[in-house]
Amino acid sequence: MHPVRKQRLIIVLCVVLFSSAAVGLMAYALRGNINLFFPPAEVAAGKAPLGQPIRVGGMVVEGSVQRSADSLAVRFEVTDYQATVPVVYEGILPDLFDEGQGAVASGVLDEQGVLRATEVLAKHDENYMPPEVAEALEASKAKGMKGQGE
Amino acid sequence: MIPEFGHFALIVGLCLAVLLSVVPLWGAWRRNTAAMALAPGLAVGLLVFTGISFACLTIAFLQDDFSVEVVANNSNSLLPVYYKFSAVWGNHEGSLLLWALTLALWTAAVATFSRQLPLLMLSRVLAVMGFVAVGFLSFSLFTSNPFARLLPGTPVDGQDLNPLLQDPGLIIHPPLLYMGYVGFSVAFAFAIAALLGGRLDAAWARWSRPWTNVAWAFLTLGIMLGSWWAYYELGWGGWWFWDPVENASFMPWLAGTALLHSLAVTEKRGLFKSWTVLLAIFTFSLSLLGTFLVRSGVLTSVHAFATDPERGLFVLVFLALVVGGSLTLYALRAPAVNSRLRFEWLSRETLLLVNNVVFLVATLTVLFGTLFPLLMDAMGQGKYSVGPPYFNAVFVPLMALLIPVMGLGPVARWKRDSASRWKAELLLPAIAALLCGLTLPLLQGGDYNAWVALALVLAGWLVLGMLRDAWRRLRAAPDLLRGLRRTPASYWGMFVAHVGFAACVVGVVCTSQYSIERDLKMSPGDAQTLAGYRFEFLELANVRGPNYLADEARFTVTRDGEEIARLAPQKRRYLAQGSIMTEAAIDAGLFRDLYVAMGEPVGENGAWAIRLHYKPMVRWMWLGAILVAVGGFVTVADKRYRRQRVLAPDSDGAEVAHGASA
Repeated sequence: MHPVRKQRLIIVLCVVLFSSAAVGLMAYALRGNINLFFPPAEVAAGKAPLGQPIRVGGMVVEGSVQRSADSLAVRFEVTDYQATVPVVYEGILPDLFDEGQGAVASGVLDEQGVLRATEVLAKHDENYMPPEVAEALEASKAKGMKGQGE
Repeated sequence: MIPEFGHFALIVGLCLAVLLSVVPLWGAWRRNTAAMALAPGLAVGLLVFTGISFACLTIAFLQDDFSVEVVANNSNSLLPVYYKFSAVWGNHEGSLLLWALTLALWTAAVATFSRQLPLLMLSRVLAVMGFVAVGFLSFSLFTSNPFARLLPGTPVDGQDLNPLLQDPGLIIHPPLLYMGYVGFSVAFAFAIAALLGGRLDAAWARWSRPWTNVAWAFLTLGIMLGSWWAYYELGWGGWWFWDPVENASFMPWLAGTALLHSLAVTEKRGLFKSWTVLLAIFTFSLSLLGTFLVRSGVLTSVHAFATDPERGLFVLVFLALVVGGSLTLYALRAPAVNSRLRFEWLSRETLLLVNNVVFLVATLTVLFGTLFPLLMDAMGQGKYSVGPPYFNAVFVPLMALLIPVMGLGPVARWKRDSASRWKAELLLPAIAALLCGLTLPLLQGGDYNAWVALALVLAGWLVLGMLRDAWRRLRAAPDLLRGLRRTPASYWGMFVAHVGFAACVVGVVCTSQYSIERDLKMSPGDAQTLAGYRFEFLELANVRGPNYLADEARFTVTRDGEEIARLAPQKRRYLAQGSIMTEAAIDAGLFRDLYVAMGEPVGENGAWAIRLHYKPMVRWMWLGAILVAVGGFVTVADKRYRRQRVLAPDSDGAEVAHGASA
């Protein structure tokens, strides 16, 4: 084989090997680190996995936010008007978190169906709603109307 | 009247861009010198009219002309003047106009500073940039006109600029970022012009290199500013979130880093030509993709498309046209510019090849992580999110793999080198790096941190190897001054950039490993101790700013009874829209930052949720990034970029021959 071609072949083989290693690494990293969004109705229906990182979002139920007296622990409920999911979290809530507003919590669901959140996100501004929440609410509204029609 | 004038100037700009993209190209095809010679003039005209248009929009903002929709939505009469100025690009329409203006600026710069280029090449380069300008100016005019009026129905006052954007960092962050993003269009235009001409040689790489380096340096500064802004403005002390918008600017940077190293090989050795061209196309495509991701609204949701299908579709079609067109051209022309040169395995070429592969794989992993949620959503597979752990898990090993090679690179010789020479050169720095790296973490006390040790060993290897090499160069000269002068500017640029990268690595790893963060409930009078610093919450006060009201928590920080700093974080409520913002208070230092931010009021007695951070070495990251950018700028001062006329004879004859063989 021509030496230039041989060199090129070896380079290509090395690049392929290296890229496959990278793809393997990516797949491994992806497995543990992506999380799927579930609306509260699906969590209540038992469709969400326990012990795996997930995101749950909806409106924060009015009057459901309870703070601990001596720490930053907080408990609240999110709803899509079909079902509610209780969330516990310890830390500082985002500026725009409020009762009656949209929020997304990511964390792990425990045996009692409580989401142990490691992160809580709220909408960005007055008009903006987390897109997953907007969609979940719309789906739930559509379902509710169909329910009334039947 | 002024907005209409700006609108008109924008239309004239578009017409000039159309002419610029057609006439010189036709001239290059027909060998019509008069048509080709029009290109520089058209480029300057494009800059003038885009500039007028931008100035008109700026005037509308400064004069509080709320009959202009963009002004009404993004400004307010109470807004301080400098934020009115930055509000021009703090919105979709204005930032697109800034994009177009930046592009016009680069085009005119190429026209001005490349008079020594063969006219044929220059006219093609400018035409390609003109084509890109056509895309963005028509996007601006047809889908997001910044001069649209609200008549009748002019509001009395504007809705205010998003408070997050009311910050000095954000005044210069977008222009710098765009200088970088858009600057890659020059490298792209050179690559396309070379493909059109079928002539890819060392001269081409030499023309393209300074432009690429400057664009890359601007992008580095832009990204660094964005990270710094996120750190002090978002109020939770993070500096990089692997957020899709951040990734959108980071991907062109990664690909651009590969490009500028590959250009070095093409210039010095005439190798990797096709590869360099492909990288130039890839880098600019990622800039466009970034613009698409950020500007189409596809990131907040795939369904934002539905609310504004025109914009998303426009950029997508333009993207497809640019990427598809240039790749087709590449497929047709690249084989004709193949090289048949060889290099040994132990050579600088191999090391730079490793650099390219690592940066390209890094780019692709970030690209995949960014697009994965969009793809899954588009295929109806559910709403996933890919978090920082994914990016860290793939990115950290890649960088750890890069640095050993990066330390060898500057020392290695082109074409052929030997392991024994490497050993002689680098054994000492390697041992010194190992010793420093392994012992320095002991100074911190507490548990021995292996990650910090690894980072210090790698950074030490990089810096000590470079120092040894620089010393060897200077020693060869008769005296220090002449040695400094004899060493080319591109070497010093590389030196500074690599040292900056090492500082950045040390900063990132130390701050990630040693940071202490506490979220606490504190009332006035409470005190907490963090890493030996005593934070005392003195009092709570109400403060009034120009367009906001704020609660201010006043802290003193003492260490061993000695006062270190007074910190006053705020929780602001902006009057125009009632939006709430956290303003962190930071005591910055070269070796540590102290960071206090307010969460929310909890319970009685004025108790607040308070966030206290101790962040060691966090400044190293940004200072390192600044050094990297400075390095990029320094390389351009190299003498060889100024002697181009002699080295680059007009290529007409050679090109016809090439065309025939292709």
